[in-house]
Amino acid sequence: MDAEAAKFIGAGIATLGMAGAAPGVSNIFSNFLSGALRNPSAAPSQTGNLIFGMAMTEALGIFSFLVALILLFVA
Amino acid sequence: MVTQAYAQEAAAPAEEHVDGAVDATHADPAHADPTADTHATTEAHGGEHGSDIFPPFDPATFPSQLLWLAISFAALYLLMSKVALPRVGSILADRKAKIDADSAAADASRQKTDAAIAAYEAAPADAKSKAQGIAAQTSDAIKTELASKRRAVEADLSAKVATAEARIATTKAEAMTHVDEIAAETAQTVVTQLVGDIPSDSVKAAVAKASKE
Amino acid sequence: MAGTDPIHQFVIEDMIPIHVGGDGTAGSGLNLSFTNSSLFMVLTVLAITTFVLLASSRKQLVPSRLQLTGELAYEFVANMLRSSAGTEGMKFFPFVFSLFAFVLTANLFGMIPYFFTVTSHIIVTVALALLVMSVVVIYGFFRHGFKFLKLFVPSGVPAYVLPIVVPIEIISFLSRPISLSVRLFGNISAGHITLKVFAGFIVSPGAAGFLGWLGAILPLFMTVALTALEFLVAAVQAYVFAVLTSMYLNDAVHPSH
Repeated sequence: MDAEAAKFIGAGIATLGMAGAAPGVSNIFSNFLSGALRNPSAAPSQTGNLIFGMAMTEALGIFSFLVALILLFVA
Repeated sequence: MVTQAYAQEAAAPAEEHVDGAVDATHADPAHADPTADTHATTEAHGGEHGSDIFPPFDPATFPSQLLWLAISFAALYLLMSKVALPRVGSILADRKAKIDADSAAADASRQKTDAAIAAYEAAPADAKSKAQGIAAQTSDAIKTELASKRRAVEADLSAKVATAEARIATTKAEAMTHVDEIAAETAQTVVTQLVGDIPSDSVKAAVAKASKE
Repeated sequence: MAGTDPIHQFVIEDMIPIHVGGDGTAGSGLNLSFTNSSLFMVLTVLAITTFVLLASSRKQLVPSRLQLTGELAYEFVANMLRSSAGTEGMKFFPFVFSLFAFVLTANLFGMIPYFFTVTSHIIVTVALALLVMSVVVIYGFFRHGFKFLKLFVPSGVPAYVLPIVVPIEIISFLSRPISLSVRLFGNISAGHITLKVFAGFIVSPGAAGFLGWLGAILPLFMTVALTALEFLVAAVQAYVFAVLTSMYLNDAVHPSH
């Protein structure tokens, strides 16, 4: 197999890392929603933490995208 | 497009990697695909003409970016820390001082108002207790007066009753003394009618004797 | 597809060439040219400075809209830093505010069509992250001396676990600048590539004639939605960058956690 083709395959496989970020982000939002419905008065004060957690989790998905980029362009 | 560009880069030796990128950086739009729009975002990045590296990973652009980032960020930091932020901070501090002073003044006036309200509420209470005192005094006075009057009347009445009783007793006693005379006269008359004349003294003695029995 | 290359938006072009050293041939020496990236860095700084100076120009007791916006930005960053690093950390307020304003403005400038996104280049985010970490390390040693190294020794951990915990702490500390920079770079560049790819889907069906143009409506809506998402990401990533900076500064101020 051509080394070129292996890089593309590797980049494609690297995008599977996003499958891990998806449950992470959905977990954050679903737990926030269920908590917010139980205690709506406390929800606005936690929006900052929600966004923060979302960004931290989402970044892990972005890292897999970065790996794909590096495979395509740098490696 | 990436594929072709990449293939070209992969074919190039590692040394020329950087140089080729620099060429790409310096490439003017004429270097680009002539069919492409020359606008910044829609223009082709050269296609197979040599821009063969993902631009953010192109080390040839690093010194320029670092230099200008350092210059602009240092300028921003100096402007913010020396000029801009102290101004915003002083506005906020002024407002906070003003609000604090105002709320302290408001607090003082509220305490004054509380004192006035307390004084205002104390006055009716005073008057009320005074009025109650007066009422109690008056009712006491009236009660004692009534009692003394009643006592006087009662004393008067009992004195009258006593004199009346005394008079009744004398009248009765007087009447009792007359009873003997009447009886003697009656008896004398009866005896005179029956027997004839008899001395009234003997009649009286006999009546007295009979009434004693 | 020539007009819709998603990578082209990141290309840096010289505007005022400045070359240091080298033998005059292309590619030799240091290229310190004033580029489109430099232009937008300068524009970002100018925009922030103009905004803050205008907002604080009249010093009204009851703020105007502009002044209120400036005060909100000030208090937002101040509260964020105070809640993370305490009052002692407030001496870094100008630094954190500059970082937050720079990243936010650069991200938002990037959302304007034809504008260059400064933060979509990894060297910029790496430089900012290394700046943060060097401030943390230098201030930590300056303030606490070698007690700063307590940062790597969590309190209340039994001694026999320390050989495992300390390397983990050191690795996590060393990975901070990497994750801090790559998070910002990845989010911004990935978002812009995605946006450009979907925008390309609007144009390319046009080749199929009228039906193709009808079919282009779907990716148009998708692009609108993605643009909204990217605005959110632009703001959130600036916020996250500033929050993480505050947390790391907290380590410098209070190393024994």
